[in-house]
Amino acid sequence: MKELVQLFCAWFKMGLFTFGGGYAMLPMIQKEVIEKYHWASEDEVMDYYAIGQCTPGIIAVNTATFIGYKVKGVVGAIVSTLGVVCPSVIIITLIAACLTNFQDIPVVQHALAGIRISVCVLMAVSIYNLGKKSVNTLFGISLCLAGFIFSYFTNVSIVLLVIIAGICGVLQGRISK
Amino acid sequence: MSLWLTVIIEFFKTGLFAVGGGLATIPFLQDMAVKYGWFDLETLSTMIAVSESTPGPIGINMATYVGYITLGPLGGVISTLSLVAPSIIVILIIANMLDKFKESKIVKQVFNGIRPFVVGLILAATLDLFLSTLLNLDMLFSIRMFSWLSIVIFAIMLFVYKKYKINPILVIVIGAIIGILLQL
Repeated sequence: MKELVQLFCAWFKMGLFTFGGGYAMLPMIQKEVIEKYHWASEDEVMDYYAIGQCTPGIIAVNTATFIGYKVKGVVGAIVSTLGVVCPSVIIITLIAACLTNFQDIPVVQHALAGIRISVCVLMAVSIYNLGKKSVNTLFGISLCLAGFIFSYFTNVSIVLLVIIAGICGVLQGRISK
Repeated sequence: MSLWLTVIIEFFKTGLFAVGGGLATIPFLQDMAVKYGWFDLETLSTMIAVSESTPGPIGINMATYVGYITLGPLGGVISTLSLVAPSIIVILIIANMLDKFKESKIVKQVFNGIRPFVVGLILAATLDLFLSTLLNLDMLFSIRMFSWLSIVIFAIMLFVYKKYKINPILVIVIGAIIGILLQL
């Protein structure tokens, strides 16, 4: 029971402070899931992210479901998912009910401009930390570059690209043996 | 009653077929606007803007908003739950399989290839945020192309965050306060 409460609260917190898409949640996941509660390793979080990209649904929800399942089975998965969506449901309902011009309020715009800088800071550190672990060989650097170039400059399906990256991983394992 | 059922089915469908995260749900929402007339495309662009400016994953925010517009507060809850239900089912199946094959050599090799690749994907997904926050994109190749104030704030926050390892949540809160105080 205690773990379920922790799961719910942690994911609620992560949902509440994520601004933007699923990626913006990564620094929070590193802090809460990896460092504070040791629910998953950094490698596992990366794997969940990769799978979350290729499977249907919101990436943040997919990651929450994965980690919840790992900690406390099916119930853990459901509790984590409810935790991560709860802040959105509450805040959006309030805004839709009272403040339809929310994003035009000057104070909100200033706060968001500041938050965007914060997200840049957090993401820079997260990407650096991840890169240090997996982008440290010629093989890793090439795949990282390929991931960047193909997803930034082309419209090739991410699912297809991730599958190809997986095949590269197997080939590399075979060759280096 | 049938409207509720339609909302549940439409969002379940979106959750089941939108691959690639929250922004991938937008075409499905456009479809709903055209097909059912629950909201017009202008309202949809407002909903996207609000979803980007409020906490929470964008995909969830948009689902709640559409559900609210269509069926009120309870509608927001129902649409969101319908959206996440397929994810939970699909991920549970995969997590279960992954448990069984975790120790397999080939699965390890597959993820060895995927991990650095995903770092590249994350970089690509955040590059536009970096560029639009730290540069003035409408004044490229002139002395004013750099948003010096933002760059200075970025550098100071980066230093403090790395050095004192403060909580990421605090970084978000500090950013909001600085934004308001300096009228960014």
